[in-house]
Amino acid sequence: MANPEPLNVSDLQRQFPALDQQVHGHRLVYLDSAATTQKPQSVLEAVDSVYRKDCANVHRGVHTLSERATARYEEVRKIATRFLGTEDSQEIVFTRGVTESMNLLANTLSGLVGGFKEGDEVLITELEHHANIVPWQLLSQSTGIRVKVLPCDDACELVLDDLDKLVTEKTRIVSVGHVSNAIGTMNDIDRIFSAARGVGAITILDAAQSAPHMDISPKKIDCDFLTFSGHKTYGPTGAGILWGKRELLDQMPPWQGGGDMIRTVSFEESTYAETPWKFEAGTPDIAAVIGLGAALEFLDSTGRPSVEAHEAELLRMIESHLMEMEGVQIVGKPATRACCVSFTLDGIHPHDAATIMDQNGVAIRAGHHCAMPLMKRLGLPATIRASVGVHNDQSDVEALIQSIQAVREIFA
Amino acid sequence: MSSMRELYQEMIIDHSRSPRNHGKLQSANLEARGNNPLCGDEIDMQVLRSEDGVLSEIGFEATACAICTASASILTETLKGKAENEARGIFESFHSTVTGESSAAYPPELMKLEVFTGVKDYPSRVKCATLPWHTLMQALEEKSEEASTE
Ligand SMILES: Cc1ncc(COP(=O)(O)O)c(C=O)c1O
Repeated sequence: MANPEPLNVSDLQRQFPALDQQVHGHRLVYLDSAATTQKPQSVLEAVDSVYRKDCANVHRGVHTLSERATARYEEVRKIATRFLGTEDSQEIVFTRGVTESMNLLANTLSGLVGGFKEGDEVLITELEHHANIVPWQLLSQSTGIRVKVLPCDDACELVLDDLDKLVTEKTRIVSVGHVSNAIGTMNDIDRIFSAARGVGAITILDAAQSAPHMDISPKKIDCDFLTFSGHKTYGPTGAGILWGKRELLDQMPPWQGGGDMIRTVSFEESTYAETPWKFEAGTPDIAAVIGLGAALEFLDSTGRPSVEAHEAELLRMIESHLMEMEGVQIVGKPATRACCVSFTLDGIHPHDAATIMDQNGVAIRAGHHCAMPLMKRLGLPATIRASVGVHNDQSDVEALIQSIQAVREIFA
Repeated sequence: MSSMRELYQEMIIDHSRSPRNHGKLQSANLEARGNNPLCGDEIDMQVLRSEDGVLSEIGFEATACAICTASASILTETLKGKAENEARGIFESFHSTVTGESSAAYPPELMKLEVFTGVKDYPSRVKCATLPWHTLMQALEEKSEEASTE
């Protein structure tokens, strides 16, 4: 593959107004994109213009503003379809994000497969975010389906040799994160999903931490459902995407009931709108969805192969600096890394480090990263996580390293 | 960096590195567990309360940040041997100082608590300093549920 165009990072930086500020007297160095990304100007303008010009409810008015709002909202389905490299824009369901998508699936898949029975299994992994754990536990409580966990090793790589043992004819659902938000491990999705397909299980990809960084087309990653959060892909909070194969979405029952998702309602019975509207009950976060459209166009025009190459280089830089420092332990050693590097400092709690780093203008995340089972497996209460985005550059990496030195001075 | 030196004063670093009264108190007749889900701080406080209501022994075990650990350590030093009522009063004045509600000076015998005053400027860290104290109160109330900062 030819090398992708390098990113014009200084031009990209200028597109993020929030980066142009001082924090405690230092230039803001934002290394917490895995929690939420900053928003480019085009996204801010899209949201602003909804409220300034096209503020109306969608799908319910014939007046001009409502028609404009509806057209802009529905246009985002087409943008998302292009972003995913798929064809049918009715395969795009708007949700609030990955958490809501997972809950939607956990509540409707039973209807798709004609009910779960005691002894059926859903397979997740030890690297999952709570959003891909708790909905299945809730499903387990209501149906008796068992939650099985594919373990990871000390490098925080999934133990794929266990797939044979864990994927059986009892396995009905396999739901896996593409990239671990706590460690940065990029998982061998093809191998996991091909094992799942071998037993006829439904496959779900949590693309929360891959969508902002790489091509995630379901054409390349064969899966039944895929979901990501808009706010981690440079869009506003409040909107995300659930993509699913049309024939599956068509067979699924609706989840939440209310306005917008119906065709007719009487007190005896209601009939539902078609896919995907039957999954979108009530007034959605219209401005956030329209902002998400602008964000996906931003990422597409930036070029995801270029983004991926740029960020991989930054992560390599961070890793090699950290490896040179004494008293720094990098957590996990994934063969392929994306999104972030997680580490600890000997004798210093991550939360103390985060406060001192913030004082130096460096925003990182300290904590369990909503992956408490993984932290327990690693025997760590918390880690420090530096995650990258399109606007980060070498000077950010240098500021990160300097801020770690400042932490060590305080605790010297 | 001077503001960080103020937050992480030598006494805090010292107590976090070598916490006093750390380790399970075998003779305890009251105990409670506290946690701060935001940063993963976990603390177990154990108290021996005598029949006349004196906190004659206090011990703790913690997996926590420096501020939380130092706060627990200094708590044990400060409250050991105090009557329960007096301990509650000290909790109140510590709490209102680190949350910034009060700027009253501590009486001379409580001057050690002064090292935590800087915490009030770091809202996400106030809970680190108060968690051991809330956990102790929980133990005194003989409540079974965990103390939590949330
Ligand atoms: C891997 C992963 N899955 C799911 C989520 C949940 O996303 P949201 O909170 O946007 O629903 C996150 C967010 O941190 C994540 O990193």
